[in-house]
Amino acid sequence: MVSGEDVKPNGMSCETVWREVSSYVDGEVGVGLRTEMDEHIRGCRRCASVLEGTRNVIRLYSDERMIEAPAGFGKRLEKRLARNARVSPRSWSSWSAWLVPVAAVLLFALGLRLANTYTAERALRSQLAQAARAIPPDLQVVVSDDAKVFHVPGCDFIHNKNKLRTMTAKEAIRDGYVPCSRCMRKYLEATTAGRSQPSSEITDADADDVTGGQ
Amino acid sequence: MAEANPVLNNPKSRAEADAGPTREQDLIARVQGGQNELFYELVRPYERRVYAAAFAILRNESDAEDVAQEAMLKAFANIRQFRAEARFSTWLIQITVNEALMRRRRERNVVMEGIDNQRDEESEYTPREFADWREIPSEALERKEVRQKLAEALASLDRKYREVFVLRDMEQLNIQETAEALGISVASVKTRLLRARLMLRDLLAGGWEHGWFSRLPFEKGTKPW
Repeated sequence: MVSGEDVKPNGMSCETVWREVSSYVDGEVGVGLRTEMDEHIRGCRRCASVLEGTRNVIRLYSDERMIEAPAGFGKRLEKRLARNARVSPRSWSSWSAWLVPVAAVLLFALGLRLANTYTAERALRSQLAQAARAIPPDLQVVVSDDAKVFHVPGCDFIHNKNKLRTMTAKEAIRDGYVPCSRCMRKYLEATTAGRSQPSSEITDADADDVTGGQ
Repeated sequence: MAEANPVLNNPKSRAEADAGPTREQDLIARVQGGQNELFYELVRPYERRVYAAAFAILRNESDAEDVAQEAMLKAFANIRQFRAEARFSTWLIQITVNEALMRRRRERNVVMEGIDNQRDEESEYTPREFADWREIPSEALERKEVRQKLAEALASLDRKYREVFVLRDMEQLNIQETAEALGISVASVKTRLLRARLMLRDLLAGGWEHGWFSRLPFEKGTKPW
C-alpha cells in the first residue's frame, strides 16, 4: 500500500493524479492541469504505472472481441424480428424469397426422377409374377413391348418375336419386366451348376431367330 | 488538451465508425420509409453490443437475450422517431439499457439498491499495484484465456461500476449519454468510471504474475521482462 503523501516538486500529489487519471485519459482535463500531471508522471514511477495500466484497461475492453453474445443469438434475433415485426430475414429480397420453396420442390422432383431413372424399379408388368432376383444384371435378355416377361435369347416361349428388343437384365427389371419362368430358371440352374452357357435346349438357331426378329 | 482518447484510437472501433454513416443513414431512411425488411440489416452490426449492454445490467444470459430482442422490437416500432443528430448505435443502446433497467426493477428490490448506491463513492480509490506496465498488444485478445480473464475481472466489479464501465468504455457512449441511460448524474458517472478503471487495472496487474499476459507476443525489439 502506498501513502498518499507523495508530493512531487511541482506540488502535485500522487492522489491528485489518481483522482484525475480517468479524465486525463479521456482528454477531459484543462491544459494547466494536464501540464502539471505530465510533469508529475514523468518523475513518478507509480503514477506512470497507474496511467499505463488505465490505458491498457481501456484499450483491451474497448476492442470488439470483448463483446460476445451466445451462439445463435443473431439467428434467434432475426427470427423474432421476422415473427413479431414482419421483418423479412436478411439476404432474401422480397422477389426472391418465394424462390426457395419452389427451388426445393423442383430439386426434389428432379431427384425423384433421377432416382427412378437409375435405381428404382417400375411397377411389375405382371402383378402375379415374382420380381427378379439373382439374375446377372449385365445378362443380355430380350423383351417385346406388349409382353410382360424377359427371356434368354432363343427361349421357346417368346411371344410376338417380331417386336423383340435386346437389353440387359437390369434394364428389363427396371422397366417392370419379370423373368421367364422357364428359360431364366434353366439359365440360373445352369450357371449355379457351374456351366457358363444357358440350357442346351436354347439352340443357336433359336437365338438367331430371336435376334433376327429385331 | 489533447491526448487522443484510446477508445477512439482502437482500430476496430474507428473502422466501424468510419465505415458506417452513409450506408447506415441510407438504411435508416429506407426503413423509416417502410422497407421493414431492411431493419435487421440495419441493426445487425450492433446486435452483440445490444446483448452486452443488457447482460451488463442483468447478469443472466437468458434475460439479457430476451431484453435485447425486446429492445430491438421497440427500436423497430419507434424507428420513425429516431433523429439523425444522434448516433444510431447510441440510440439502440439507450433503449436496451432502459429495457434492462425496467426488467431489473420489476424483479428486484429497488430500495435496497438505492441504499447500496450511496456507499463506496464517498471514499477515494487507492491503486494497489504499481508494477511496470507495458502496452498490451491487441493480439492478446486472440487468446480465449485472456478474454476470459478480462470478463471475469469485469464480472467481479460491483454492479454500479460495471454498468458505467460497460456503457462508457465498451459500448462507447460518452459521459453524458451514459448518465442519461442509467439515470444518474454526470459526476457519478465520472466517479464510478474512475473507480472501475482503477479496480480493473489492479485486477489485471495479476496477469503478469500469473502469466496470462507474459506469454503474449511482444513487438520486435522489446523484451517481455
